[in-house]
Amino acid sequence: MAEQSYTDQEFKVIGSRVRRPDGIDKVTGRARYGADAFAPGQLVGRILRSPHAHAKIKKIDTSRAEKMKGVKAVITCDDLPDLTGGRGPNYDILVNCMARGTALYHGHAVAAVAAVDEPTARKALKAIKVEYKTLPHVTDVDAAMAEDAPIVQPGVEHDGKPSNIVNVSQFGHGDVEAGFAEADVIIEKSYKTEQTHQGYIEPHACLASMGPDGDGELWVTTQGHFTFRTVCAQLLGLDIAKLKVTSSEIGGGFGGKTHVWMEPLALAMSRKANRPVKLVMGRDEVFMGSGPTCSTSMDVKIGAKKDGTITAGLATLRYQDGPFPGPWGMLGGMTAWACYDLPNVQAVAYDVLVNRPKVAAYRAPSAPMAAFAVESTMDLVADKIGMDPVDFRLKNVAKEGSKAAYGPTYGPIGIEATLNAVKNHPHMKAKLGKNQGRGMACGFWFNFGGQTCTDLNIGTDGTVNLTMGTVDVGGARASMSLIAAEELGIPYEKVKCNVGDTSSLGHNDTTEGSRGTFSSGMATIFAARAAVEVLKQRAALMWEIDVEDVEWEDGAAHAKGIEHSNLAPLTLAEIAKKSPQTGGPIAGHNEVVADGAGVSFASHICDVEVDPETGKSKILRYTVVQDAGKAIHPDYVEGQFQGAAAQGIGWALNEEYVYGEDGRLQNPSFLDYRIPVCSDLPFIDTEILEIPNPNHPYGIRGVGETSIVPPLAAIAGAVSNAVGVRLDHTPMSPPRILKAIHDANGA
Amino acid sequence: MVKVSLSSGFRDAADGAASVEIEATTVRELLRLLLERYPAMERHYDEGVAVSINGEIYRDIRDLSIPPDAEIFLLPRLQGG
Repeated sequence: MAEQSYTDQEFKVIGSRVRRPDGIDKVTGRARYGADAFAPGQLVGRILRSPHAHAKIKKIDTSRAEKMKGVKAVITCDDLPDLTGGRGPNYDILVNCMARGTALYHGHAVAAVAAVDEPTARKALKAIKVEYKTLPHVTDVDAAMAEDAPIVQPGVEHDGKPSNIVNVSQFGHGDVEAGFAEADVIIEKSYKTEQTHQGYIEPHACLASMGPDGDGELWVTTQGHFTFRTVCAQLLGLDIAKLKVTSSEIGGGFGGKTHVWMEPLALAMSRKANRPVKLVMGRDEVFMGSGPTCSTSMDVKIGAKKDGTITAGLATLRYQDGPFPGPWGMLGGMTAWACYDLPNVQAVAYDVLVNRPKVAAYRAPSAPMAAFAVESTMDLVADKIGMDPVDFRLKNVAKEGSKAAYGPTYGPIGIEATLNAVKNHPHMKAKLGKNQGRGMACGFWFNFGGQTCTDLNIGTDGTVNLTMGTVDVGGARASMSLIAAEELGIPYEKVKCNVGDTSSLGHNDTTEGSRGTFSSGMATIFAARAAVEVLKQRAALMWEIDVEDVEWEDGAAHAKGIEHSNLAPLTLAEIAKKSPQTGGPIAGHNEVVADGAGVSFASHICDVEVDPETGKSKILRYTVVQDAGKAIHPDYVEGQFQGAAAQGIGWALNEEYVYGEDGRLQNPSFLDYRIPVCSDLPFIDTEILEIPNPNHPYGIRGVGETSIVPPLAAIAGAVSNAVGVRLDHTPMSPPRILKAIHDANGA
Repeated sequence: MVKVSLSSGFRDAADGAASVEIEATTVRELLRLLLERYPAMERHYDEGVAVSINGEIYRDIRDLSIPPDAEIFLLPRLQGG
């Protein structure tokens, strides 16, 4: 890892707020998103979805649809034979893409059609007759854990009995019972969070084209086109190298576009019709047929001494995963207590199956819910012992050398710095008015790196093409261009960064886990340094001196030593211009497994005003403090902080999947599922802390996810302080706030 | 000899042990020897594992040297958004 470790160098362009390379295309409409690709002869794909929450599929009759004029392909699960071995994550993806014998949730795909136009495709869907036998369903996580609950997936057992509990994880250390026995104060409380969607504005969309020779192409909105290629190739029995996947511009993903939802269906229809097929989800399909986050039910117990020392913490977390097992409860268990240095701590996390859509990652997946429960209880304990909530957290904060509740001992970490920044922030001292309250909370996320591959090519005019393989979800092209410019010593404007398709680079892991800038940044640094070595060799050839006598500085080769003092420096452009005569193209390449991302912390402050008559709340002021390691492009870093906080605000106040007694989703539209709009939000203030990550040459940490973790708890604290009643259920929508007020008043 | 602490998901594959001692100098060797001793680990390996060495979590690197007296945790492979 030595070559990857922090170099503490002085930067020339890193940290500057340069023009966004994708900005003009996005505001003029020139940017091409998932639905913006066209191919000659393309068909329109549509998916038929289950109207039932849980049902046996007795028969699917596609004969009428197949005979309709303009219909070119109709597929069911029979067109997607199981090539996965019948188990594992890819089998679950296969079953989720198209039901195999049982519809597991309202909106589960059961058939699909490719036709010459949209009206024909819709008519064809209506012509497909599906005979269902409805089964008992369960959509609530607590109900799904009951002994008499309907079983979502036969074969799942817990304690030797059929069950919806697919996994139980435990993390912690010490003796929590002994810790509680030492406590002067013990607070125990239960919490619930409802299911939310990432709410990306661009729906899932792709254009698939399979040739009769088995070669295929897929244009798709995704966070990980290499991963999509691998999954689709396995599900369809294709050679990986013969499926070219190109990632479109992405209109938001936040974890929801790390997963394959419908792309194998488009490829299967294209293969059957021998024509390209374009498949675009409607908004209702995005809600029903892609992957929201979990709903949860949680119990937290904290014991503390009167001086604020926590003696024990216990969290019992129940996360619903949809109908397929996932790591979501486990991640909640790992993150729940991560901000604190506790002698006795335990998290017990259950992953539970229900008849809802397959859960997907959502920005620091699972951490916001656990933080909501733990941080809210931290507030209650602080209040009980009469201690300032920031001081109480600082008293117990994790530091370098603290043993994390999920196991390892921390290296250098930034949680204490974010808390001190919050404590000293003017926001904390601002006066509040009537019906107004303030809350604050902390959050943690792991971050990670992974497989990364980058190419850097220098043109004969001295401009640079940088091809990266991680999808740009939030400014990576600007950041990578800055990094290449920094390493090569050239202006930012001389670098053009593109996201390469799967045939142009080696495998790149999906852009998730806040890894894009961390990992592609590392690969770009090393690719640029490789190119600098070539530039030095070419300069040596041009000068006819030994390469050892050449050094690179400020974008030019310099000849070292008094004997070469007559040689004027050769700029990158001058060397590049002569490259055809000195050995051909000049390039740098790097492939790396970028591990050592380092964990990340944030602390937030929030002011809220609540109308006690209506229960409507308004965010008055919001401040994010987060450790970025090193902010390559501060505008984008601030944007990540603000975007994460905005999503957290929606999650905390309004967003909610609403299921009826029939197990059907009641609100699959942005009219009824209320995400925040500009008028709902204040300008979100940010404070970037830069505590270098020792495992990255520039000290970079991931920044994209952590700031969605504190908002639920920070806002709950603010609302609770405004109304004088502790809120324990998100979203804290007006009816829920009113009910809490009325219940507290005994109304 | 290094002590490898197992998070809860791995303990069922290691006869309930919270930690095991293994003579290994790299992550690759550690995982191989652990699998030889506990074949039931294979299912967890298929699902993905990460190794924490002195507090740093490594999801993919396998040729990493394990320093003497290092604190080692076997963790589930993480997913992010």
